[in-house]
Amino acid sequence: MARPGWQNKLKQSCRVPAYLLRILKAAPKIIKAACFIFFICISVSARQDTINHSDSTLLLSEERLLAETFQQAPPADIRAEDQPNDPGNAIIVNWNLAPGDNDKDSLVSGYLIYRSDSPDGDFELVSTLPIGTTQFTDSGDHLVNGKRYFYKVASVYPVDTLFSSVSGAAVPVPQFFNTRLIPIFLFMLLFSGTTVAFIIQAGKGRRLYVRPIAGINAVDDAIGRATEMGKPILFVPGLGDASRVATIAAFTILARVAKKVAEYQTRIIVPNYDPVVMTICQEVVKEAYSSAGRPDAFDPKDVYFVTQDQFPYTAAVNGTMLRERPATNFYMGMFYAESLILAETGFVSGSIQIAGTDQLIQIPFFVVACDYTLMGEELYAASAYLSQEPQQLGTLKAQDWGKVAAVALMIAGVIVYLFSTGAGNSFMTWIMGG
Amino acid sequence: MEQVSLGTMFWMTVAAFLTFCIFSFLYRDNPFYRFAEHLVVGISAGYWIAILYHTSLTDLWIDPLVASVTAFGTAEGSVAGKTGMLIVNITPGAIGVLMFSRFFKKTSWISRWPIAYYLGVSAGVALPLYLQGFVIRQVAANMMDPRSIFGMIFAGGGAADFFQGIGEIIIIIGSICGLAYFYFSAEHKGVFGGAAKLGIWILMIGFGATFGYTVMARISLLIGRLNYLIEWVRALNGFFGS
Repeated sequence: MARPGWQNKLKQSCRVPAYLLRILKAAPKIIKAACFIFFICISVSARQDTINHSDSTLLLSEERLLAETFQQAPPADIRAEDQPNDPGNAIIVNWNLAPGDNDKDSLVSGYLIYRSDSPDGDFELVSTLPIGTTQFTDSGDHLVNGKRYFYKVASVYPVDTLFSSVSGAAVPVPQFFNTRLIPIFLFMLLFSGTTVAFIIQAGKGRRLYVRPIAGINAVDDAIGRATEMGKPILFVPGLGDASRVATIAAFTILARVAKKVAEYQTRIIVPNYDPVVMTICQEVVKEAYSSAGRPDAFDPKDVYFVTQDQFPYTAAVNGTMLRERPATNFYMGMFYAESLILAETGFVSGSIQIAGTDQLIQIPFFVVACDYTLMGEELYAASAYLSQEPQQLGTLKAQDWGKVAAVALMIAGVIVYLFSTGAGNSFMTWIMGG
Repeated sequence: MEQVSLGTMFWMTVAAFLTFCIFSFLYRDNPFYRFAEHLVVGISAGYWIAILYHTSLTDLWIDPLVASVTAFGTAEGSVAGKTGMLIVNITPGAIGVLMFSRFFKKTSWISRWPIAYYLGVSAGVALPLYLQGFVIRQVAANMMDPRSIFGMIFAGGGAADFFQGIGEIIIIIGSICGLAYFYFSAEHKGVFGGAAKLGIWILMIGFGATFGYTVMARISLLIGRLNYLIEWVRALNGFFGS
């Protein structure tokens, strides 16, 4: 019997799609597979937990092992003492490294330094230091000379900070002599003794030879040229203060130049950067005019102060060069960045130029822009050569012997090194004053 | 460029004008240069008087002197110590006052005392410092282990070691020859003259390198100033263009 149309439609509508049937048939296998994967995952996860757990157990064991191997302890043997060879207000604290303070896997993270003025009093944290440190210098005005101080050092471990016992009392005291500088003192004695010996010899009339230096010989010619031209001489004593050796050398050269200027009845202009240098220059020039027998010719206004600012001073001296048109320019003393500006302006204004400085960086500029340059020690030699005074000649001779001694010392050092590197290092350290 | 205010524009223009005034010196001495020169000298002299008043006169003399006088009103310290400090603080001022004797012809000789004191102390302090810093240290720096130098050159440790070894030999030879040049007690003749000549050659090579290096630094200063002028022109353009 044929089914009615609505029944067929119902049957068709209720028919399960073929792909669903295939899925349903495969369902047990899928479930089995999922269960298998789930089981595998659980197993792996459990295994991982086990591994992690065993790792952490291992790490904890290592930490314990390290802690047991290097028993945690404070730094030992704390020694506090006055710093030697100083003007006081300083104490050196020494200690031994705490157990576990080493390059690899250091258990110690640092040290804390504590200070007190009483062994039982409150200790104040003074400094925090990194691992591997065994010494600390406590210095400054907070330490009173003659007062007793006590120190503790703490080693900082991951869990604990362990304090050492209190050090013995340390008293900062100033020392009158710095024993490390004994080699320097000996050299000074030797140099001074040699200088005095040569001065005495020169005073007795012994002729001390000094080789001619081109720049020095040109000084008298330059002054003569200025006289012939009827123009002034400009003497720039540099930017150094009166304590600089180059400035002191400039004074002696100025004395010689000023004396010649007075004799030749020409004019000298000395613009100054430093007020004290100006005062000394005035005295030097005044004295030179007096010794030349022409004290009334000295005009104090020609030795004047400009300003204590580098480039305004340079601008003013440049202006003087162009307005006064000096026949000769002397640059003697300490010079800095203004050296080339001054020398170039002097060159443009057509002056004969003689420079002398011990500033290594500025010498090249004077070499290229000046007619004569006294380099370094030639500046010091110039005054002795010009004056021919026993004191200056004796000093120059002593300097020469000092150079011979320096070369001998270098060779001696190399010979000591040939015997032993350690001995060479010790010799060099001793020479340098520790 | 961000527009600047009228006040900033004015001062930028003053600075640019003074820069041009100074640059005009490249042509020749002229009234503009003279104006800038006198302005900067006057300002700097006044400025330094103020600076020195505060940093030298006040800080180094007046304040310590006042402190040592007022210390007598406190209970701390002994009277002998306070008196000593007072004398220590009065002394530099007293020595400085002697310099003013220069203004009076009859007493001007007194001003030589502070000058002599100043020069004597300066030379005394400078001598050991120079000996230590410029002689002993240089000598010690030249004390090199010859085995170490030859090791660097011949051990085949690479180009860097080789050139370092050669460099150290040059330093030693250069130092000795340089000292030979500055030896004034003998003429530069024969072997000694040859060493002195080598010394001056080494010095000149060093000076040449220094010269080039410093000129480069000066060029950078010039560039800085030109940059300022460019900034000024831009600011001017922004100020009047907007």
